[in-house]
Amino acid sequence: MKQFFAFVKKEFFHIWRDKRTLFILLGMPITQIIIFGFALTNEVKNSKMAILDFSKDAASSQLVQKMSVSKYFDATTVLTNYQEVLPVFKKGKIKMILVIPQHFANDLQHGNQAHIQLICDGSDPNVANTLSTYASAIIKDFQTAIVKEQKLPYRIETDIRMMYNPELKGAYSFVPGVMALILMLTSAMMTSIAIVKEKEMGTMEIILVSPLRPFSVVIAKAIPYMILSMVNVATILLLSVYVLDVPIRGSLLLLLSEGLLFTITSLALGLLISSITDSQQVAMLISLMGLFLPTTVLSGYMFPIENMPLPLQVMSNLVPAKWFYSIVKTIMIKGLGLSYVWKETLILIGMTVFLFGLSIKKFKTRLS
Amino acid sequence: MSVLKYLLQKEFRQIFRDPSILKIIFIMPALQLIIIPLAADYEVRNINLSIADHDHSVYTQQMIQKIKSSGYFKLVNYSSTFQEAFTSIESDKADIVLEIPANFEQNIVREDHASLFIAVNAVNGMKANLGASYLQNIILNYNNQIRTKWIQFPPIPPQTNIKVSVSNWFNPMMSYKYFMVPAVLATLLTLLGTFLTALNIVREKEIGTIEQINVTPVKKYHFILGKLIPFWILGLAVLTIGFLIMRFGYQIHPVGNMLIVYLFASLYLLVILGLGLLISTYADTQQQAMLISFFLLMIFIMLGGLFTSIDSMPDWVQKLTWLNPVSYFIEVIRMVVLKGSGLSDIKNHIFVIIGFAIFLNSWAVWNYKKTT
Repeated sequence: MKQFFAFVKKEFFHIWRDKRTLFILLGMPITQIIIFGFALTNEVKNSKMAILDFSKDAASSQLVQKMSVSKYFDATTVLTNYQEVLPVFKKGKIKMILVIPQHFANDLQHGNQAHIQLICDGSDPNVANTLSTYASAIIKDFQTAIVKEQKLPYRIETDIRMMYNPELKGAYSFVPGVMALILMLTSAMMTSIAIVKEKEMGTMEIILVSPLRPFSVVIAKAIPYMILSMVNVATILLLSVYVLDVPIRGSLLLLLSEGLLFTITSLALGLLISSITDSQQVAMLISLMGLFLPTTVLSGYMFPIENMPLPLQVMSNLVPAKWFYSIVKTIMIKGLGLSYVWKETLILIGMTVFLFGLSIKKFKTRLS
Repeated sequence: MSVLKYLLQKEFRQIFRDPSILKIIFIMPALQLIIIPLAADYEVRNINLSIADHDHSVYTQQMIQKIKSSGYFKLVNYSSTFQEAFTSIESDKADIVLEIPANFEQNIVREDHASLFIAVNAVNGMKANLGASYLQNIILNYNNQIRTKWIQFPPIPPQTNIKVSVSNWFNPMMSYKYFMVPAVLATLLTLLGTFLTALNIVREKEIGTIEQINVTPVKKYHFILGKLIPFWILGLAVLTIGFLIMRFGYQIHPVGNMLIVYLFASLYLLVILGLGLLISTYADTQQQAMLISFFLLMIFIMLGGLFTSIDSMPDWVQKLTWLNPVSYFIEVIRMVVLKGSGLSDIKNHIFVIIGFAIFLNSWAVWNYKKTT
């Protein structure tokens, strides 16, 4: 046991000595949380809008005014004819053009029927859809302000409550995702690279002739990264609670133990990668291709899994991060207990056992 | 000049000799370009709906039928208590619970109004918002249907009405793939260029072969050009493969002139290779080089407008993206491929990119001289 700890200590020195790597490993979660928390929103706001107003009367300028004060639109450009529409879109900044035909006020007052045209830059379908929905709602508002609202008969009213996240903050779904990503990165990628590096440099042979059993050597290499990962979990949780105002509604202890479980799963994955590769570049390639990409794309924290083609949906079940993401969401945001995440927990435990078994089997005590 | 020729020969041999590097260069981007756009779809469909029906009337059946046939919702649970329906949100089986109160039909007919309760799982805010507004729209439509049925006579007095017609240009099918594929290609080119350059030079440092080159008559600029030119050519080759996948795999026909994209990409590659070179002058090991590149590129890509629109970011972040080369390339490739923008539309982008290329490369060369 004493020898084992000596090895762990040696690994710590290795990590501690390389200040740049350490700095990035510990700084990564901080930058990610800040970027995800403050800069990235799926919300669409302050979109640049151009106005093509053919009637220029009281009603039309009132409508334009109403549009430009809303937080969704930023009415920056005024066009004078249809020929300017295409060039303005090609320049790229304008996302929507509001076209008000001639005699707008007149049509409103006397004809009871007026027309508005919205031309959206559809290259981003999400933004285009959202903007036309917002604009229609503002126009509807404008209309009801004109006709003093008469109470219609036979109304169905809807009372909507947003559960768990009433302000619809993006951070609530990003924080669990970032956690899965960072843990995967520090545990699996770094462990595999650290072990393969010893192989590549030839120092692995020296370690293998030591009195310690080969597999303990490898475990000793993984332990510092496990501790580093747990430090990262703590950083992420502290930042999300105190900086992003994302609450931890469930049990902290349960959340931390699930974090530890996922770290161990990732370590097992890292060990497996290291036992089947011989060069750092290949280990990086596999980590990047096999871990990082599926973790961001298939874990469900960026894109909804249920919209993906079926083969990708099936593949997503093999990604450990998907289960961890679901666990963290349930415990942290919904505040539910183990009875709601036991299935996911069992799946992660199963994956860990399987990966460990496989990497022990593949582990070569003799180097060729 | 002949020195440079031999160096280029050496680099190309090294690249084509190593199957794992070739895999990184050609197969990885192709695979990612095929998988990511398939998964990256923000459109909200297949919302799981759980209904707690306390009324069981003809109206509720009609309404549920209407919701189901809209194509947006999948009914996963139909129960008569709210508690049961809500459990399906807690266990992630449902995204929205619709509670229909007792006497729903009666209230509409006799009291002129009835109310429904909708509880939405809002952990993912955007999905929740869209899902709720879809559901609201369907209910509103159904409401109008009932109203016109009851009010046959006297007809509703004519109301002032503004008719809004929406047309979406440049992407008539409103397909997310048109938007994602060019940008993913731009991102992959960025990742590849930076990683390869940084790792390649650091590898020479780590193995010690850089010292051997340093004692030969090879000049510094020969060495740097010898490293950059092969990756510049490979970058353009990968871009071409990407365009072929885009054209024949995704059936995206670029509206604009592809030569403009090539012109911009060839300048952009200088920026990216310069970044890789700069990283390599600061890193001592491949591990460090990889982590530094990963760290920087992650920030560049996340803030580059690939997944979320830059316009929605806070002001100070938008100002920061002016310093982000990736955002210029993503914007240009989307503008040219989707909208057919021409040289005059992107001339500012070109000037900025040239500026970046000069700045990063001179910094890298300056730092390279200092350290060796």
